[in-house]
Amino acid sequence: MNRSQHILGSGLVFAVGIWVAWVSYTQQPAEAFLFPRLIASVFVVLAGWTFGKAALGLSKVGSGVSRTMFLNMVPGLAVMLIYVFWAAKALGFYTATAIGFFILLSLYDPAPHSEGKTWVKRMLVTAVFVAVMYGLFAKLLSVYTPREILF
Amino acid sequence: MDFIFYFGDVFSPLSFLLLLGGTIGGLILGATPGLSPTMAVALLIPFTFHLEAVQGLILLGAAYTSTVAGGAVSAILLKIPGAPANIATTLDGHKMAKQGQGAKALQLSFLASAVGGIFGVLLLIFLTPLLAQWALAFGPSHLFWLAILGVTVIGSLDSASVVKGLLSGCIGLWLATIGFDDIMGAQRFIFHPSLGGGINIIAALIGLFAIPQVLTMFAKGRRADGAEVIEVQKHSVLDATRELLRRPRALSIGTITGSIIGLIPGVGGQIAGLVAYDQTKKFSSEKEKFGKGHSEGVIAAEAANNAMVGPSLVPLLTLSIPGSPTAAVLLGGLLIHGIFPGSDLFDNHPDVAWTFINSMLVGQVLMCLFGLYVAGLAARVAQVPQSVMAAIVLALSAFGAYSVQSSMGDVYVMACLGIGMYFLERFGFSAAPLVLGLILGPIAEANFIQGGMIADATVGKASYFLSGGLNILLIAVVVASIAYSAWMELRSRRYTTKEEAQA
Repeated sequence: MNRSQHILGSGLVFAVGIWVAWVSYTQQPAEAFLFPRLIASVFVVLAGWTFGKAALGLSKVGSGVSRTMFLNMVPGLAVMLIYVFWAAKALGFYTATAIGFFILLSLYDPAPHSEGKTWVKRMLVTAVFVAVMYGLFAKLLSVYTPREILF
Repeated sequence: MDFIFYFGDVFSPLSFLLLLGGTIGGLILGATPGLSPTMAVALLIPFTFHLEAVQGLILLGAAYTSTVAGGAVSAILLKIPGAPANIATTLDGHKMAKQGQGAKALQLSFLASAVGGIFGVLLLIFLTPLLAQWALAFGPSHLFWLAILGVTVIGSLDSASVVKGLLSGCIGLWLATIGFDDIMGAQRFIFHPSLGGGINIIAALIGLFAIPQVLTMFAKGRRADGAEVIEVQKHSVLDATRELLRRPRALSIGTITGSIIGLIPGVGGQIAGLVAYDQTKKFSSEKEKFGKGHSEGVIAAEAANNAMVGPSLVPLLTLSIPGSPTAAVLLGGLLIHGIFPGSDLFDNHPDVAWTFINSMLVGQVLMCLFGLYVAGLAARVAQVPQSVMAAIVLALSAFGAYSVQSSMGDVYVMACLGIGMYFLERFGFSAAPLVLGLILGPIAEANFIQGGMIADATVGKASYFLSGGLNILLIAVVVASIAYSAWMELRSRRYTTKEEAQA
């Protein structure tokens, strides 16, 4: 695997470890940070060790993210981020789920895009899924979710 | 023999319906490649909020048991193990299916799973009360070391890299400290308003186990999975039962191996299945048939991976130490109902404890009965395109995380942890120790603080935490598990290097 990916990944973990240690040892009241200090000390040592090995090119475990995998994942990840961090609240859970679900099916379904039949199938699957979710969460479990547009 | 008194409760209408639903649903979910038993149980937790504690646990326990067995369906008919626990089943099961013995392989797998599973649950029934009484002798220092032991054992044994496994555990322990400190009320690591109340354990479990699977499916892109279901011909269940009884060696090796491995925290069903398969092959008079469609291979592997389910709950129900990631998720299911495992569970909530355990026993029989008939349907479900599966899991995760406290903050936390965990996994980190750190962190901290107070008033911290027979024993086990894993890692690396040199 790409050595720079290992360095980047373990470097980020090491940076978080240093931040945790810094906060644990500087914030007050000290009594509230006794346990975090204990963890942070071990965290920093292990993260430093992992980063050191990555920097020396000795990291053996973990295959990283290949360019193809990353490019395949980006559209789905983008839909997920928009769905979770914006659409679910702004459009309402069920509307956002219907739109997000349909986009994901369209993006990743191996069936050909040129056939009208496949689009009808995707719309049907989306409608059935959202109906099941609505029945399950809104009716059966009485979970009140944000509802902005439609439902 | 307390468990007998609570047997009737399993058959109350709602409990039995949940047991039935959990079993059938679990069989179908288990057969679906990419949906691990842990993820299935994590996604089910939000559905238990509106149920009584015991009913919620029955649903989760049934799903746990049957997802492990259901994984055999796709292993046999599609050559894709539904869960890592079913890897060994694929070796002979798929060959049998290709030879036109798919129905026989499925019947043998469910029958062997039921025998192994029932033995495992009986071990759970008889070992748990004994260990729970023993746990009464534990003080804060012992409970602190037990919590640390839970994290380090899984961190070192369940990860490809010992250091990364332990580091994952540390990250989990740190995440558990986020929020307001219980004693001083101080804010700790709250860098976003969503974290004010700490990290909700259920949202975290869903994110850590479900989102990485969603991203893994996305990363495969727009390609057809290409798995083809092998059609199964009719086969007499009676003949399959006779075949099972003709192979007592494979059945007993699988059952005993699985039960022993299940008792060791951190060692999963995958290892149980493979070790049982290997041992059965060693002791078999028909060694040459293994890997070519031999029924003993299927029997040993499936008996083992279901036999480990019951014993894997022993450390959880007695010492609050989950022995596996799925047990950790079950602990989450217990905690949301305000029930703490250990002696308290059997003293104050015997109805919950015993009805849950009994339901697992009945669940094994139901799993066997329905498995034989649901297998065909489950194999069809396993063919659902990954794009549909990814979208379903994503939506269920968002709804599940939200329904915990009706908070968007939990949904954000779920997504962030899940995305972070996906990349961490790609760099060799593991979700299991991180989850255990997150769950056991509060137990470790509470006992560390309580023990510290006792120590300050008596013998001092060093003496209190580091002396005494039980403390020394627990510390020795922590050190031994790390040392053993490090040694195994070095040895396998040395072999790899030698093979590379020879190549």
